[in-house]
Amino acid sequence: MIVAAAKGPHIDWAGMSPLLALLGGAVVVLLAGLLRPRWAREALVPFLAVAAFAAAIGLGVWQLDERKDLISAALRVDALTSVLSFVFCAGGIAAVLLSWRGVAPREAAHGEFYALLLTSAGGMWVLVAAQNLVSLFLGLELLSVPLYVLCATEMERERSLESGLKYLIIGSVGSATLLYGLAFVYGATGTTDYAAIARAAGGVTGDPLFLTGIALTVVGLAFKSSVAPFHQWTPDVYQGAPTSITAFMAVATKAAAFGVFLRFFNVALGPATDEWAPALAALAAITIIVGNVGAIGQSSLKRLMAWSSVAQAGYMLAGVVVGTRLGVSATVFYLGVYLFMNLAAFAVIVARERETALGDDIASVQGLGATRPALALAMTAAMLGLAGIPATAGFIGKFYLIDAAIDGAYTWLGVVIVIGSMVSLAYYLRVLAAMWMQAAPEPSEAVAVSAATGRPALAGGSTEADPELGRRQWEVWAVALVFGAATIVFGIVPSPLFDLATKAGDALTNLL
Amino acid sequence: MTVHLSILLWLPLAAAVVGLLLPAAIGRFATLAGAIAALVVAIIVLARFDPDTGGLQFVTDRMWISELGIHYKLGVDGLNLFLLLLTTVIFLAGILWASLRAWERPRLFFFWWGLAESAVLGALLAQDLALFVVFFDLMLVPFLFLAGGWGGPNRIAGIIKLFIYTLVGSLLMLSAAIATGVLAPVPGIDFSLSALAVAAPRLSHGTQEWIFLFFAAAFLVKMPAFPVHGWMPDGYKAMPLPVLAVFSAVLSKVAAYGFLRIVLPLYPDASVHFQELMLLVALASILYGSAMAFTTTDSRLILGYSSVAQLGFVTLGIFSLRDAGAQGALLQAVNHGLVVAPAFLIVALLAVRAAGSEDVRDMGGLAFRAPVLATLFLIVALANLAMPGSSNFVGEFFILLGTFQSKAAIAVVAFTGVVLASVYTLRLFIRAMHNRLGPQATSREISLADGLVVAPLVLLILAFALYPQIALSKGERSVTRAIAPARVAAGPAQEAAR
Repeated sequence: MIVAAAKGPHIDWAGMSPLLALLGGAVVVLLAGLLRPRWAREALVPFLAVAAFAAAIGLGVWQLDERKDLISAALRVDALTSVLSFVFCAGGIAAVLLSWRGVAPREAAHGEFYALLLTSAGGMWVLVAAQNLVSLFLGLELLSVPLYVLCATEMERERSLESGLKYLIIGSVGSATLLYGLAFVYGATGTTDYAAIARAAGGVTGDPLFLTGIALTVVGLAFKSSVAPFHQWTPDVYQGAPTSITAFMAVATKAAAFGVFLRFFNVALGPATDEWAPALAALAAITIIVGNVGAIGQSSLKRLMAWSSVAQAGYMLAGVVVGTRLGVSATVFYLGVYLFMNLAAFAVIVARERETALGDDIASVQGLGATRPALALAMTAAMLGLAGIPATAGFIGKFYLIDAAIDGAYTWLGVVIVIGSMVSLAYYLRVLAAMWMQAAPEPSEAVAVSAATGRPALAGGSTEADPELGRRQWEVWAVALVFGAATIVFGIVPSPLFDLATKAGDALTNLL
Repeated sequence: MTVHLSILLWLPLAAAVVGLLLPAAIGRFATLAGAIAALVVAIIVLARFDPDTGGLQFVTDRMWISELGIHYKLGVDGLNLFLLLLTTVIFLAGILWASLRAWERPRLFFFWWGLAESAVLGALLAQDLALFVVFFDLMLVPFLFLAGGWGGPNRIAGIIKLFIYTLVGSLLMLSAAIATGVLAPVPGIDFSLSALAVAAPRLSHGTQEWIFLFFAAAFLVKMPAFPVHGWMPDGYKAMPLPVLAVFSAVLSKVAAYGFLRIVLPLYPDASVHFQELMLLVALASILYGSAMAFTTTDSRLILGYSSVAQLGFVTLGIFSLRDAGAQGALLQAVNHGLVVAPAFLIVALLAVRAAGSEDVRDMGGLAFRAPVLATLFLIVALANLAMPGSSNFVGEFFILLGTFQSKAAIAVVAFTGVVLASVYTLRLFIRAMHNRLGPQATSREISLADGLVVAPLVLLILAFALYPQIALSKGERSVTRAIAPARVAAGPAQEAAR
């Protein structure tokens, strides 16, 4: 009787269900990884991981039109949370498929690898739902710590360890800076709740404590989302990490980091826009230029994609800067198309890493148009999309962002996006030229390159097309083709994406 | 029953996609079938076109992206009617020419052709600013792959130069187009040209001026005009000749068309403000293009620089801001397309006869055993130099008339361009066809199959020479309407000058 009388805290299980699917999935996957039979570890575990991600997406669709606070308003489930969770869960599914039959899960024990991936996604969910400085930091750490480990999972490769260590150190510095900034914001406003900060922000504008807090928070988040000049870790970490994890970091971490940008700056600091918007606009411009110029000379595809992701972060920051509902929708839309384009590109990189001895060098895709036209077409769609060529979703995304920038009286930022896109052509075209306009490298040349970089020859050290391999990695091809096709299809029929992005934008009701 | 322009627009691409799926032996001809069908539809459009209605006809208007106010709106009027015909004719000629030859990976090759034709038709048909930008940028992509996959030596450097030059212009245009839609004082956001024609001219002068410059950058690069023609020599050398024939004949016209369709009606104040700058650019293009065409020995580049000069005339006519000048410009755009495409195809034939060299120093005497080829080339050459009696003469006459009415001094200088055109065109003809036989050259008659491609184009040139009024009369109303806002804007300034 006493038990029934004592009323426990109300927990909205439905609202939290996507998070529970991810974290519960992590536990199940971890346990399943302990099973003895080989098929359980190598087939059941990845399947369960995909199922957990898919369940999170499904539950997110179910909660799409909800708008409610959880755990005494520490988290909020609304369309923005759900739509961003689609992005990083789709990234998670792709990462599982790209890792399956790869080196990394074998070396890290299958269960642990996929459990870490799911935990990281759980952290992302907390992060984008956070309505409170404490839950923000909690989510950020839950996201980051598994990723530090995942980066280093190819333990026999020196660069993978280097990548993990570098990410750990830089990430910790970023987290510490962020925490320091959050403490200042709390000191100035006396609260950790976003809504309360927004109410207090009007009264403390110009307060040095508050400004320092904002500045340090910006720096901390800039570290996480690789915004220049805090991006230097990105190329090394992206190159060193297992490629499937690089893809996950590029797509999912970015979505989560921009979720925070949108909520924290446009909701909590919304009334103090004048304080941070010009600074953030300057950062966006610097990021666009630095990222695009940095990518030009790269010969490693993963480094190239790393620099390109820096530049793309700059484009998306423009949507945060304007602080309008249109800006939020444009940023969310771009995160969606960014997912398609990057996953298609990374899937092709994974496929070629396994097929050739050239690793992720740009030579690995030379002559791809003749030997593997399907993969080459997927990569072409991705590159044209990232460059913002019409008939791809990338064009619409860029159109939307420029539209939002001009609408928010940041016309010059719109022009900077355009200038950045021009510079970016130089390196996206190099990839296209390598695929369609150059012959595949001679096998002897390939061996020399692989000897120089010291990479193990995963497929017998030959660049010869092996028809068997195509069949043995159908899941990689599937990721490349599905997301390559999505890049084109949503470039022609963008309405479904627009609906989701508009919903996400409308979720932040305090905006114009 | 009305004609659906969507059919005209998507037929070539649809046929090309079908070709991609069929076996190579049949698939390579699918694009040809699509091009023939597109020409038939274009002729039907011409036949049903009512010249007395000033506005758009056969309009298709649907919302494409409602959140951004972008319409899928297509329409035909006097401005694009003959350019549509030109496009379908030239593409058919180019595809037919290419179908007669063997290519590596033929299905992919002809797929890009189909995409190119649809993209160009889309840019011409689009009646929405954003849709125009989409197709304008898209039409470059297939040419990138055509040149990169099947082009000559040093093609990669050449096409990357081409692509970056033209896309820099295009991206500037993109930001200018979005700014027009967002900043134009209308409730909500609407990119359709009919809505913008009312709203955009009310933009402030400063805004109009930077938007104008961004659009001008895109169009002048595409033409190409001096001083933004830097991609032209390398880019032209990179392309296979049938591709180049189409590229040179059609794509530059879309740029000229863009001035008439978009820039003059939407930004009249800026057009007047920058009129003299644009006239000087046109004049510089005429003189520079003529001088370069006269001194270079590569027959491709002779035609390339001659195009720079001819497009200079077109720009001159448009920015005379007079009815006569703009009509002449439109006529001349069609003329130049009809002349330059067979000229490039003939250069391809000459190169085969001169042991693969496209240098005029290696040619000579090719007319001896090839009277038909020589006749065809002579007609093309005489049309190119605007011989009285040719349609080009009518076009240049109207252009110079319009320019004389607005800026007499510039017209006088531009007139030297007419003289120079005969010098460089006749030089090309004489060096290639007359004199002693070149060291490696052999004189051979044009083959029947190739003749079937070139002869109809030459017949069209002759038909147009006899009856240029057909294009002039059908375009008259639309041209007048297109430049009317700029004329009105220029009105008070001219009054003040007097």
